[in-house]
Amino acid sequence: MNNYMSGAQIVVEALLEHKVDTVFGYPGGAVLPIYDEIFKQKKIKHVLVRHEQGAIHAAEGYSRSTGKPGVALVTSGPGATNSVTGLTDALMDSIPIIVLTGQVPTFMIGNDAFQEADTVGITRPCTKHNWLVKDTNLLGKIIHEAFYVSTNGRPGPVLVDIPKDVQFASGNYTKKKDFLPKRYTPKIKPDNNLILKAVKAFENAKKPIIYSGGGVINSGDNASTLLRELVDKSNFPITSTLMGLGCYPASKKNWMGMLGMHGTYEANMAMHDCDFMFCIGARFDDRITGKTDEFSPNSTKIHIDIDPSSINKNILVDIGIVGDIDISLQAFLKLWKKRGAKTSLNKTWWDQIDDWKGINCLSYKKSAKSIKPQYAIQRLEELTKDLDRYVSTEVGQHQMWAAQFMGFEEPKRWMTSGGLGTMGYGFPASIGIQLAHPKSLVINVAGEASWLMNMQELGTAVQYNLPVKQFILNNERLGMVRQWQELLHGGRYSHSWSDALPDFVKLAEAYGIKGICCDDPNKLDDAILEMLDYDGPVIFDCLVEKHENCFPMIPSGKAHNEMILSAEEPEQEIGKSGAVLV
Amino acid sequence: MQKLFLKKGISRKSAYNLRNPKDDEFERHTLAILVDNESGVLARVIGLFSGRGYNIDSLTVAEVDHSGNLSRITIVTSGTPSVIEQIKAQLDRMVPVHDVHDLTAEGASVERELALFKVFAKGEKRVESLRLADVFRAKVVDSTLVSFTFELTGTPEKIDAFADLMVPLGLKEIARTGVAALSRG
Ligand SMILES: Cc1ncc(C[n+]2csc(CCOP(=O)(O)OP(=O)(O)O)c2C)c(N)n1
Ligand SMILES: [Mg+2]
Repeated sequence: MNNYMSGAQIVVEALLEHKVDTVFGYPGGAVLPIYDEIFKQKKIKHVLVRHEQGAIHAAEGYSRSTGKPGVALVTSGPGATNSVTGLTDALMDSIPIIVLTGQVPTFMIGNDAFQEADTVGITRPCTKHNWLVKDTNLLGKIIHEAFYVSTNGRPGPVLVDIPKDVQFASGNYTKKKDFLPKRYTPKIKPDNNLILKAVKAFENAKKPIIYSGGGVINSGDNASTLLRELVDKSNFPITSTLMGLGCYPASKKNWMGMLGMHGTYEANMAMHDCDFMFCIGARFDDRITGKTDEFSPNSTKIHIDIDPSSINKNILVDIGIVGDIDISLQAFLKLWKKRGAKTSLNKTWWDQIDDWKGINCLSYKKSAKSIKPQYAIQRLEELTKDLDRYVSTEVGQHQMWAAQFMGFEEPKRWMTSGGLGTMGYGFPASIGIQLAHPKSLVINVAGEASWLMNMQELGTAVQYNLPVKQFILNNERLGMVRQWQELLHGGRYSHSWSDALPDFVKLAEAYGIKGICCDDPNKLDDAILEMLDYDGPVIFDCLVEKHENCFPMIPSGKAHNEMILSAEEPEQEIGKSGAVLV
Repeated sequence: MQKLFLKKGISRKSAYNLRNPKDDEFERHTLAILVDNESGVLARVIGLFSGRGYNIDSLTVAEVDHSGNLSRITIVTSGTPSVIEQIKAQLDRMVPVHDVHDLTAEGASVERELALFKVFAKGEKRVESLRLADVFRAKVVDSTLVSFTFELTGTPEKIDAFADLMVPLGLKEIARTGVAALSRG
């Protein structure tokens, strides 16, 4: 077969070899040859977003909900710079995406040419790796390497910058099967000695906790299956980070809810008081640990992670195991079962946890007059939990309420911006998810302020007739900011309200889709059902209580056992050292 | 696994008590990093150091294997033991990095640096600078009626020591290459 073709053809050929079915993109001068090739074929669906940031988040949503890498294609200069936030978001949350950028022709690089930007320079710190392709003959190989690097080891975003002359010129296409990854060989098999040590510590644990994270999802569905087996056979309690929700079913009795800054009382208290912690695919992020000096002071800690730099970074652990979660858990379970599947679980530990659960930390004051945001999420959960459902969120209080009040039974059903906390993530992500799962229900739980940040993607949703449901908890506030100002800055609400909001129903109508507004708790169920019944995109403007706070909360600089449970609690002093933290 | 350093008076073996006793102390480590010799690789390595707030005391880079297209970057860095471990892990996971050797931790190594010193001196001081150069086995590589340029190879400490001695004698300029290092044997 003839492997001699133009650079633009190589791009399309390589994407096809990697079984890419959807590309999120936005054209411009420096990618026209590639767009020309896209025009000539039918196998790859190109989705025209309305802003390049939207393309990257859509690719993230596609990726996170399928386990396959997402692909985005943007032009040079402004197209590339608009993708920076999305790349950083994907890097922080370990989402595999491949971003192709156009670049000015090689002979003009460095001359401040029209729409020139030092794309590889700008994106070096926000990609796992990036490449500037200077020779068409190398293009195929580099795209294969990009897919390989993005999806192997700890996944992440990669970027391939392709000058226009390289797209036009002809060269030899290296087929996928002829590409051999010479460098970058991350360790995926765990060390057997360490597995043995870990099993022994596991067997001796009296007050254990399993602390799982997004790495379990990245490792593939089997990792979640093994995690379930581990929990069910040992009867150990399990919690998870924001990124790991769904790895273990929320409906099962060993599930303690999410941990961390807005995690449940029982999960955080158990983290603090346990004598054994098994961290699986999480990274001891500061939202999780609180004050590191006082983090889980009496536990033996085991950490499995594919990224060696995650181990002993924030918290020193007793046994650090570098390896893929799936492979490591296989080895762990095999050995533990071979040794008799013993545990030393202290019966009183579960009693203790049940006591903590009894506090009912997620309770809130109900209201008959106004919609409490927690209530809105609870009703949404109740009416959709049995459906084939995917949920994305924006960033803020609504995100934390969604994490607290929604339950996920499977991995890859919950898409949220954890590490970077990117307002504007949820709407485009929901578009990417819906494209990957055309028949499923896709809901973006949003705050009004976040949603406005990428509202231009309404055009995309309408153009491709994507029935995404935008469930906006509208408190007319930058709620999470306002909450911090209330708790940390004497209630001085400096610029934390959403003024001049659009009429969301009219906005929906302007795009020819459905808008629903609801401010009455008694009508909420019907309104939600109306949203679910509508075959097409919906903007749901849910007017909620404006000054509700999200609890429990571990204030910055405090330890797990210093959680604030409700607004009624005596004023907590948040020290200066805590206030400087974010 | 690392050695356990439990705090005094601790009965339980918990990671909370597991503090490297030297963790408050800064250590100086020489790292030898074998990388693909491709454009941007130095920027990646330096970007890692600046982006994460690590120190670079000295840095050298040069191609070491032309056919294999490999370069060696030698970095002298300083930090607490846990920061040094982080630096190594962060370097090791970069795509163009083949391997990272901590020459300081991996046993005996040899370190050499080359430096040029320009000394302006007259009379007795000029003679003294020549005499000291002889003691340090520095070579005179350029001379005028009023100045000498010495070339000296040695450990960074030796070069520091020579520079200290030359200052009162009229040292005006120094150029140093940074450290090249290999493990012994
Ligand atoms: C791009 C971006 N800018 C600023 C912030 C800081 N921030 C975090 S939450 C928040 C308020 C979000 O308001 P809204 O979307 O209405 O959600 P709410 O907290 O009210 O539920 C802000 C401004 C951020 N996370 N992302
Ligand atoms: Mg809001």
